[in-house]
Amino acid sequence: MDIYVCIKRVADTSEVDIEIDRTGLALTEDDFSYDINEWDNFAVEAALQLKEEHGGKVTALTVGIEDDEEVLRRALAMGCDEALHLSDPCFEGSDAWGIAQILSAALKGKPLDLLLFGTVSADEGAGQTGGFVAGLLDLPMVSLATSLKVNGSIATVSHEVEGGLERVRELDLPAVVTVQTGINEPRYVSIRGIRKVSGIEIPVSGVGDLGLDPNQVGASGARVKLEELFLPPQGQSAQMLEGSDDEIIDKLLDLLQENGGL
Amino acid sequence: MAAALGALTLILNRRLALLRAAAAEPRTGDWGARLKRLLVIGFGQSRQPRYLVAGLVHVVLFAGFMLLSLRSMSLIAEPFWPGISNIGEPYTFIRHMAAALVLVGCAIAAWRRVVVRPARYHDRHATVSHTKEAVAILSLISFLMIADAAFDFGGSEGVRKVAFWAHNSALLFFLCLLPYGKHFHVITALPNVFFSSLKLSGVVKPPSYSESDFDALETVGVSKLEDFTWKQLLDVYSCVDCGRCSDHCPAYASKSPLSPRMLNIKTRDAAFEHYPIKGEITPPEKRADLVGEVITPDELWSCTTCGACQEACPVTIEYLDRIVDMRRFLVDDGNLPATLQKPMAALEKRGNPYGKMARKRGDTGVRVLKEGDACDTLFFTDSCAAFDPRVQETAIAFGEILAQAGVDAGTLGKDEVDSGHEARRFGEEGLFLTLREQNLEAMDKREFTQIVTTDPHALNALKNDYELEQPVLHHSQYLAKLLSEGKLPLQPLGDNRRYTFHDPCYLGRHNNEYAAPRDVLNAIPGIETVEMERSRNRSFCCGAGSLNLFHETECERRMGELRLDMVAESGADVVVTACPFCLSNLEDAAKTTGRENEIEIIDLAELVQRSLGKTKQPEKE
Repeated sequence: MDIYVCIKRVADTSEVDIEIDRTGLALTEDDFSYDINEWDNFAVEAALQLKEEHGGKVTALTVGIEDDEEVLRRALAMGCDEALHLSDPCFEGSDAWGIAQILSAALKGKPLDLLLFGTVSADEGAGQTGGFVAGLLDLPMVSLATSLKVNGSIATVSHEVEGGLERVRELDLPAVVTVQTGINEPRYVSIRGIRKVSGIEIPVSGVGDLGLDPNQVGASGARVKLEELFLPPQGQSAQMLEGSDDEIIDKLLDLLQENGGL
Repeated sequence: MAAALGALTLILNRRLALLRAAAAEPRTGDWGARLKRLLVIGFGQSRQPRYLVAGLVHVVLFAGFMLLSLRSMSLIAEPFWPGISNIGEPYTFIRHMAAALVLVGCAIAAWRRVVVRPARYHDRHATVSHTKEAVAILSLISFLMIADAAFDFGGSEGVRKVAFWAHNSALLFFLCLLPYGKHFHVITALPNVFFSSLKLSGVVKPPSYSESDFDALETVGVSKLEDFTWKQLLDVYSCVDCGRCSDHCPAYASKSPLSPRMLNIKTRDAAFEHYPIKGEITPPEKRADLVGEVITPDELWSCTTCGACQEACPVTIEYLDRIVDMRRFLVDDGNLPATLQKPMAALEKRGNPYGKMARKRGDTGVRVLKEGDACDTLFFTDSCAAFDPRVQETAIAFGEILAQAGVDAGTLGKDEVDSGHEARRFGEEGLFLTLREQNLEAMDKREFTQIVTTDPHALNALKNDYELEQPVLHHSQYLAKLLSEGKLPLQPLGDNRRYTFHDPCYLGRHNNEYAAPRDVLNAIPGIETVEMERSRNRSFCCGAGSLNLFHETECERRMGELRLDMVAESGADVVVTACPFCLSNLEDAAKTTGRENEIEIIDLAELVQRSLGKTKQPEKE
């Protein structure tokens, strides 16, 4: 089974005072630390578990700058067989459509059975890339997968739908699945594990290797443009409920009911 | 008879096969110290009386065995050298007394096994009871005593002859039976004591003794029997199944999945099954996974590495190195609980388990050393005192005491990262090595003559894991030193509350410091102190440090809460401790058990600061 997982390196913004830089279009990155997008980590684990069950090969790929190679190395340490780094100065500023073009150009013609994504990325949070790539490659797709099994040439996927319900679908392979957190328990990657793969050469493909027109991707090809970035205005101060525990619980329930929280 | 001795040799040789296949571990040298341990803990049975009745019965049985062994050997030699068993009148008298005492001892032991049935003999997690085995062996010993007496007092030659053969066959049968179960300790316990570790128990063994480059190791940790070192397996062979370890284990007391005794028993059962006395050795791939199936990850993650188990073991079985080695395998295999993956990643990315930015470290009031700066005493705060607001108060208190005593102190500031103590003990050796390197680099760029820390875990790491030139002191030791130099003019606290000291595991048991904090405490004029029953080397872990804060093991009642019950029992109003995690855990437990207004938890530095008149004593409730 040939499985491809698309992953992304994102900033960890917890514990950081978010500031907008002078351009007004980006965050001050000085304090950020970076790691694999949480959803993508579950996608890699899902791919590895399928490989362990059915055999085959798992390839991780990412679009990004030189530093982003870090998440590919981490994926190799987790157990992926190969990695592919799609990197080119003209990819800078791509929107989800541009990223999808780059990914599908890299994947076109590959012997692919299953293509996995994390459902969304922690930074942009749009959840578009998986869908775009499925469209560009003309593959069936399910998003928000909470379980994923493969039997022969059919994948059985349960996924979240509105109202807290789950739906189970069968897909003919090859197919695209975007993975929700909690689908599995991703394995830990030790420092030693990362060091063991530090010598592996990860191939890099640029715009020319992929046969892409530079104007299709990057800032120039982006269909979505960022206009302004601002911090949400501080909301009303918190409301403190007073009284005995039971009274507080009753008040809280009333409030939740009134405001549509239940 | 020769056949029986031959059989015993063959049996022992089969048992040794696993030890020969095991990993290396140097346990030679320092023979004087080893001999001393053998005489005191082995022959002297010094750890037995912790449990008075059972301990004394064992001392009697052991002494009886020693005294009677001469007789037993001479009886075996009797057919070859007639008359050799007649050693002389004084010995005859002594051995008659010994035999009588052993008989009484057997009776008491059997009565305890069958009637009293102390809880510690019946492990919550055990699937098989060893009562039958114990009673069978006790009966066999009693039979030996009676046969021996019949040989002496039998009267007719016929009775003597029957008694003689009965005694010798029973003895040889007994010897050949030993390596099949828990009574193997009769043979292995003394060597086990002799080869026990002479290091402080805070020292963790390296991942391998034969390869010092961690990155060059092909596999890490213990996943199968042969990955243990020979000494770790000798430990397992020597387990008497007495349950003292689990009886002292705070994880067992809180009803978590861990019972240290079962780690021994399950490993030994696997060893006996896969290295049988008769038949082929089972190849590893045909066995149940030792780590993962036989011993579950939950058991291993439940351990706080407090060391109470090994301190309680009468035959010096070591547990922590084995637990850490098995964790090393789990970590290398990617099998780390999700709750621990976050703090580990935070340690890697930001140098502290909270994932906070270095520049957000709390200010302790102590001068921050820039690169190239020098001071006398380097104050290493470690993560908790840097980022936890409550614990930071203790570091500030200690900083103020240092200032008042005129100490030239400094910190590494934001160049300090976590000591890595828990990362190492949770099996993430690579992360520990990275953190150590960062701290050593920061230290290298500054000059100082000694280090002090308010965290016993940091003390243990810096002193035992870092290999520094400068001495490392815990703040209780530093305060005791300042006191002896007359630099701490302590004043009465002006209250009539009772104080007790809670020994942090990594200060007391693991680094042998029980006196310094008590010296400081008792130097406060007019202070009234009480000791808890579980104090000093029997101290009961609060629930443990650093990463344990992030990983809640399933349990019935938290260790901290159990500890506060013991505080209440002692009649103390104030618990003084000297560890940030003890402080946090016990304060939490005071809240969850509704004792917030009855019992105060305080760090030694805070108490000293109070006694120096720096802060006001809180109003008595």
